[in-house]
Parts: sequence; structure tokens; C-alpha cells
Amino acid sequence: MKSYLAFVKKEFYHILRDTRTLYILFGMPIVLVLIFGYTVTNEFRDASIAILDQSKDVLSQELSEKLTASGHFRLVAQLDQPGELEPTFRAGRAKLIIVIPPDFEQDFYRHKAGSIQLIADATEPNYGATLINYAQQMIQRFQMEKSGARELPYQVEVEIRMFYNPQLEGAYNFIPGVVALILMLISAMMTSLTIAREKETGTMDLLLVSPLPPLVIILGKVSPYVFLSFINALVVFAMGYFIFGVPMLGSLGLLLLLCILYLLVALSLGLLISTRSSTQQTAMMVSMFVLLLPTMLLSGFLFPIPSMPTLLQFIARIVPARYFIDIQRAIMLKGAGWEAVWYPTTIMSIMVVVLLLAAWRNFKVRYR
Amino acid sequence: MDHSIIAKDLTKRFGDFTAVDAISFQVKRGEIFGFLGANGAGKTTAIKMLIGLSIPTDGEIEVAGLDMKGNREQVKRRIGYMSQKFSLYEDLSIRQNIRFYGGIYGLSPKNIKEKIREIIHRLDLKEYAKRVVADLPLGWKQRLAFAVASMHDPQIIFLDEPTGGVDPKTRRQFWEMIYAAADRGVTILVTTHYMDEAEYCDRVSIMVGGRIDALGTPRELKKQFDSTSMDEVFLKLVRG
Repeated sequence: MKSYLAFVKKEFYHILRDTRTLYILFGMPIVLVLIFGYTVTNEFRDASIAILDQSKDVLSQELSEKLTASGHFRLVAQLDQPGELEPTFRAGRAKLIIVIPPDFEQDFYRHKAGSIQLIADATEPNYGATLINYAQQMIQRFQMEKSGARELPYQVEVEIRMFYNPQLEGAYNFIPGVVALILMLISAMMTSLTIAREKETGTMDLLLVSPLPPLVIILGKVSPYVFLSFINALVVFAMGYFIFGVPMLGSLGLLLLLCILYLLVALSLGLLISTRSSTQQTAMMVSMFVLLLPTMLLSGFLFPIPSMPTLLQFIARIVPARYFIDIQRAIMLKGAGWEAVWYPTTIMSIMVVVLLLAAWRNFKVRYR
Repeated sequence: MDHSIIAKDLTKRFGDFTAVDAISFQVKRGEIFGFLGANGAGKTTAIKMLIGLSIPTDGEIEVAGLDMKGNREQVKRRIGYMSQKFSLYEDLSIRQNIRFYGGIYGLSPKNIKEKIREIIHRLDLKEYAKRVVADLPLGWKQRLAFAVASMHDPQIIFLDEPTGGVDPKTRRQFWEMIYAAADRGVTILVTTHYMDEAEYCDRVSIMVGGRIDALGTPRELKKQFDSTSMDEVFLKLVRG
């Protein structure tokens, strides 16, 4: 116990001495949250659009006004002929062009079949899709207003409610994602780096020659980072709650408990990586590939898992962050309890056991 | 006779490759034992087995009066080790390093404080005490490493090429520390590839291809191989 404390103390000396790492440890989560908080959003304002109005009647004028009055769209050009469409996109002047065919008003009232073409610049596919969606909604609303006075024979009214996140706040999604990412990076990457450093400098041999049991060496190396990561998790949760209004409907205690379980998964991964790499550089590279990318891309944080190809969905099953994100969403946003999180919890527990066994085996093979 | 290290038919195989091939030797208490051999001759593997970092494929080891089998943790308390790579924490201060090693060997805080004072005084490190180890000249780092490796009063100290890359004057200073320790009754097992250092040892063993091909005092070996220096002995052995 005493030697364990000496070890932890020494590890803190390392961390405190290295101010750059310290800044990264505590700066990175805050910067990440702020970046995600203010950039990942589906809202847009003043999107540049152009209109090719071939009809130039009252109804088409009204539609143009309706679109631009919302504040979401800004009319940058009135085009006169179809030949101008591409040059407008290519010059980057407009992201969306609305084409109103000749005789729009006549068709609309007489044949009840006005048609409009929406053309978007899909070099930025998400943005393009968002603009199209929004324009479509506005045009439908416009159509209802106009035809509302006249009777339509049949009408299906679609009413939409977004449960658990009515405003579609981006923060509801990215706070769980950022917590999962930060914890994975700090605990796993830092652990693997610091153990690799002991190997690189040769101090690992000294530790192994000392009477410290290997378990104490590992615990001593790992526990400072558990502590720091946990503080980081608290900071990110607090920022989510106070700055971005992410709710905490479920039990905070349960969430923090499972947070520690996830930390254990991350640390075991870090240990496993460190037993496999003899230099800090290898540890860094492996961490990047094994931890950072899957956690960002395959956890359901940035891209929804159900829309991935089958192979990737399969790989996503072994990404720990995915389960922790599920847990966070369930507890924070839905206020769910054990009944909703037992499955991811079980999977993560199995992961800890498997990873630790693998790490322990590697450790023995190397030194014994 | 009182022996600190007894190795009997010590063997280590990695797959088909035999790194250490049934070597046997004994080191007396308080003796300075030179462990020589070309790179890849199996020195480091042999030392790793002697300090309990590697399990022998075959053979027996007795270190500090204990059978290595089943007593590894006990053995570790009785030995000190300083490796080829410089092995203190460069980013910690001298005090912090000493305190840490004292801590992991379970020394009491009072004892550690005394050791810090003693080491700093003995090595004349007063002005460096609060600086990080990285600021020290290499020769001083190695003397400090030796002092740290012996701070828990081990019965045996293993030195794996302790003086690599150090100028002759600093090497002499280092050897004075080794002699002082041996005078206190500490057994020293040292590997080196400086042949002048081999002359400083009480007895020397030379490993070639995993086996000990020569063992004796420097004088005996020179006579046996009809040479004027250990350098010559070594070359004759290695070239077969």
C-alpha cells in the first residue's frame, strides 16, 4: 500500500511537471465541447439562393417573398434563363436554386398541379440536403395556405413530434459523444503512452526488478489517469448541463457508476496497447487507429450506425464508445434506469474482462 | 565458502535458439565479478534470469542465499539493479527520484530523508538537488543511478554496462563507488565491454555463443591464454 502511494505520487509529479500534457488533459475536453457545441448544428441562416422564375406571375412572386422572408434564405440572384444555372453554382454564388416553370399560377389553380424544381449544390451533401428539406417544407406550407381556402378532396395531415429532443438540439447528441471520446482518449491513450515511456527509457526494467508486484505497478500507473479522466467527465457533463441545456432526467449516480465502468474498458484497452508497443510513438499510432477513429466514426456519435454498411455495423459492435453513448442517451435524455442499460452494461463488463485477460497474458509473455 | 550467486546449468531457449547454454558459476560475497562477452553472447539474457525478470528454461539459480524458484519477490528485495540505459526519471528532480525508489522498496520516510541527505552529500549534488535529473552531466547521472540502486542496502548489485558512453575520468570515479560498495561487503556483478575495466574485477567470466568459455582472475586468464592484456584474451576467445 505504501509503495502504491509512492508510485501514484511519482506519477502525479510526471503529470504536473509536464505542463503541456496538463493543458491538453484539461484544455482538450473544454475546447472540444465548445467546438462541437457551436459548429455541429443543423440550423442555418442566410443561405444563398437564386430563383429562376420563368412564370413571373403573382403566385410565383408570392412564393419568392415567402421563402426569403423567413430569414433562412437570402436571395442573391434572379436568373433569367436555364443556361445561368450551372455558372451560378460554379461561381459559388448560390447553394440552392429554385426553378419556377412558365404558367405556374395557371397550372396551380386550373390543373391543381403546379410543379417546382429545387436544385442544390451537393458538393457539401449534408448542407445541400438540409436546404432542400427546409425549402420543401416551406413550399408545402405555402401550398396549403394557398389551397386551404379551396377544398381539397383528400388530405393527410402529418404532424411531427420529436421525442426526447423536441428542438433537435445538437448538444443532446454531442455531449454524450464528446464524453465517450474524451474518456477513451485520455484514459486509454495516456495509459498506453506512459507505460510505453517507461519501457522506452528503461525505467520499466527497474520497476520490474523492484519488489513491487506487477499488479501494483499497473494500478499505480493507471489510477492517476482514472482520477483525471473522471474529473474531465464531470466537467463535460457540467458544461453540457449548464451551457448547452442538456437535460439529466435519469439518475446521476447510475450514470457516473457506468462512467467508471467505461473508464475501466478504456484503461484495459490502453494497457493492452502498451503491452504491444515498446515505444511511445507506436503506442500513439496504435491508439490513433484503434481508439480515435472508431470512437469518432463507428460509435454512432457522428454517423448513425443503422445507416452504415453491414460490415461496418458489425465492427461497430466492438466499439466500446457505442455502448457508453447508448447508456448516456438512455439515462440523460430519456430518464431511463437499469431496465434500459443492462444490455450495454453487460457488454462493457465482458469487454473489461476480456481485455484485461489479454493484457495480462501479453505482460506475462513479455517478461516471464 | 559464502556464495552470493550460484548458477547451475542455467539455460534459456527461445524456440530453437539457445541464448544461454547450461552455464554454471559462483560469485563470492563481496566479490566484484565481471561478466564479459560480445554483443549477442547471451550476457543480458543471463542477467535477466539472475534478477528474476526472465524464467530459465532449465537449471537452478540461488541468489542472496535464496532459491530463485518460489522466492522471487524475496530475492528482489535483496538485490539492486542498474541497467545499460540510464534508468532514473529525467523529468523528476533528484530528490523526487530518490524518494520514489525509497518508496517502492518500502523504506520509512525517516530513512528516506536520511538517504537523500547522504546521497546528495556524498555525490556533492547540493546545487542540483532541486533540479530535474535531465540537467545533470551524464557521469553524475550514472553515479546517482548507482547510489539509488544501492539505497535499500542490497546484498548484490547487478550493473549492466553501467559506464557506457562515459569518459575515462568519470569511469574511474564510478569504479571508486563500486570498490567502496564491495568493501562494505556488497557483491557486484558487472557487465562491460571496456577491457580495461575487466582488469578492475576480482574475477571475470567471458561468454561466447551462450557458453562461458573462460572464468578466472584477470591474471589467471592472461596466463592461460598467453596474453599481456584482457583485450588480447578477449579477442583470442571471440575469434576462436
